[in-house]
Amino acid sequence: MSTKVFERPRALSDVIFHYCPGCTHGIIHRLVAEAIDELGVQDKTIGVASVGCSVLAYNYFNVDFQQAAHGRAPAVATGIKRSLPDRIVFTYQGDGDLASIGTAEIVHAAMRGEKITVIFVNNAIYGMTGGQMAPTTLVGQSTTTSPGGRRPERAGRPIRMSEMLSQLEGAAYIARVSMHNAAQVARAKQAIKKAFQTQVDGKGFAMVEVLSTCPTNWGMTPNEALEWLEENMVPVYPLGEFKTEPGLPGPSAVGATTPTREVKTE
Amino acid sequence: MAEQILMKGNEAIAEAAVRAGCRFFAGYPITPQNEIPEYMARRLWEVGGAFIQAESEVSAVNMVYGAAGAGARAMTSSSSPGISLKQEGISYMAGAELPALVVNMVRAGPGLGGIQPAQGDYFQATKGGGHGDYRMVVFVPASVQEAIDLVGEAFEIAERYRNPVMILGDAVLGQMMEPVTLPEPVDLSKIPQKTWATTGTGGARTPNVINSLYLDAELCEKHNFKLQEKYRQMAEREVRFEELNVDDADIILTAYGTSARVAVSAMKRARAEGLKVGMIRPITAWPFPYEPFRKASERVKAFLDVEMSAGQMIEDVRLAVQDRAPIFFYNRMGGMVPTPKAVLEEIRKIEGSLERDGLGGRLRA
Amino acid sequence: MIVARNSRQVKGGTSLDRKVVFDEERCKGCELCIGACPKGIIHLADHFNSKGFHPATVSDEDQAKCTTCLLCARMCPDTVIEIFRPDRVAR
Repeated sequence: MSTKVFERPRALSDVIFHYCPGCTHGIIHRLVAEAIDELGVQDKTIGVASVGCSVLAYNYFNVDFQQAAHGRAPAVATGIKRSLPDRIVFTYQGDGDLASIGTAEIVHAAMRGEKITVIFVNNAIYGMTGGQMAPTTLVGQSTTTSPGGRRPERAGRPIRMSEMLSQLEGAAYIARVSMHNAAQVARAKQAIKKAFQTQVDGKGFAMVEVLSTCPTNWGMTPNEALEWLEENMVPVYPLGEFKTEPGLPGPSAVGATTPTREVKTE
Repeated sequence: MAEQILMKGNEAIAEAAVRAGCRFFAGYPITPQNEIPEYMARRLWEVGGAFIQAESEVSAVNMVYGAAGAGARAMTSSSSPGISLKQEGISYMAGAELPALVVNMVRAGPGLGGIQPAQGDYFQATKGGGHGDYRMVVFVPASVQEAIDLVGEAFEIAERYRNPVMILGDAVLGQMMEPVTLPEPVDLSKIPQKTWATTGTGGARTPNVINSLYLDAELCEKHNFKLQEKYRQMAEREVRFEELNVDDADIILTAYGTSARVAVSAMKRARAEGLKVGMIRPITAWPFPYEPFRKASERVKAFLDVEMSAGQMIEDVRLAVQDRAPIFFYNRMGGMVPTPKAVLEEIRKIEGSLERDGLGGRLRA
Repeated sequence: MIVARNSRQVKGGTSLDRKVVFDEERCKGCELCIGACPKGIIHLADHFNSKGFHPATVSDEDQAKCTTCLLCARMCPDTVIEIFRPDRVAR
């Protein structure tokens, strides 16, 4: 006799994903669905899909979903959560969506401490549109809009969203994880579950940045892409938990802050 | 006799929205509509709603999209440059079939322009400022009371058709104070349930999806046919206009909003001088009331279109009238407001030219 | 006994239950599972699925070597893999 110890989570739809072979979106989708299952919140979860390869995410989860315009998912999520505060609202965004066109929306959702969970898939490139440079593209990384490699004097240097957002008091949980091997995937699962738990506990804004691959636009096999991720992205985007409670970042967070002065109102 | 109170246009619109069941507002400061978010910042929390001063007008309209998709009566307001920023969101709401109210207190443009009243956003509001084939009912109230009354209708129309609705005002309407009667608050439990909203499945139904993406061209076309049918029904059922003294009129004025108030004053003075002047006042800019113009153009000698723009509504008037009668035009721009005296001068000029030519005049705008 | 899309029962009538079962139609041959397996027992099959991918598979003989560590299932982006862990039999 045997026991089934691994199967598709209930919150994940029984359809074949359109993602490229070896794309880590599929893994991350499953981890999100596992978290939803384990926290027992499938019936009250509402997801917000963004624009990128994951634009069809609304087909892949057995929960209510709204499709947001490029970059606007945190604003859409804010509208949902403020209208239905007892539901679990999450966004699923890529690096162009969150760190380029949507920079204002994500910063302000964190600033306001919106009680939402953000899954930020960072693969240092624009996948869906064919491999253009992203704000998170590495210096020297070749993309279709940084042919020959990203040059700092033309295009600046990569942006570290987890570090930036952890400076905001409304951010209650900020973590960066990676997909580059099964052990990291297990750690990522725990971080994602914690990010949803943060919302269940009503503590504030939660985000998990997931370092991911794009084998197709990086021009590598899926396994090569995982290696490239470990060797090149992890040094630029350190893994770890930047924030585990709302309020000012603690001494372990990257960068110093000056405490905000409280202004007395009537 | 219901109590009358003196209210500023912006605040009256906000209070009317709250009484109509609005429970989510997102906006951003921009003159001359700041009293709307300021009022909502106090009032909405009192009724268990949520107010957010968003980081931008873009973000605000997307918050409204989310709230509307979750089943709330949701609203945003802004003025011209901010409404330009909302065009993406408006198109998305039309495509995703979401009800919402967008209020535009128009100011002078283009660009940063000025903060004083104008009517230069008519094209943007009625010919689709956003991309794609969509329409929305656009109300153009001419008084604070009319604006209050139209707010409640706006939410109902938005939900009836699952489409955004706009109230197109201007800086005068927003800032002026008039005695008004406020409606009784709507009983929220009487508002029909939105079975399509994303409220969480509750384990009782399949997931709802709010979406405007149709990558398959056949499906996208089918979706567009569905939307067009809705707009056809709106065009058939939601036209509003007012006619004053048109039956025996030689010259018919046409204007909306603040310009209409000025034109009405000019009409009264003209009548006092014995001139046969009437008025057609659109109350919906879309659907535009083509029919009263078409009918009147068969016997009237001339139209005079008065706008605080370079001439935007006049194109719809031309569509209705064709070349059956001349359409004269009097306009101010940049925040300047026409005066009844100036409009009366135009009426006298037209009257004079009609007499001279004897053929009803061929002077065109 | 649960019968998955690819039968857990090995052809040929032995009573060996399959521990790792691949839904071949879902597989895109990305090989992340192959990279993850510490026992090196996963390989791409010679045949194609209907999409034209060589699906990942574990031979009947190698099933016994599977420790149900779950690493392959965790790395799979397409929920191709189900894992069945033999129950301990009390002696």
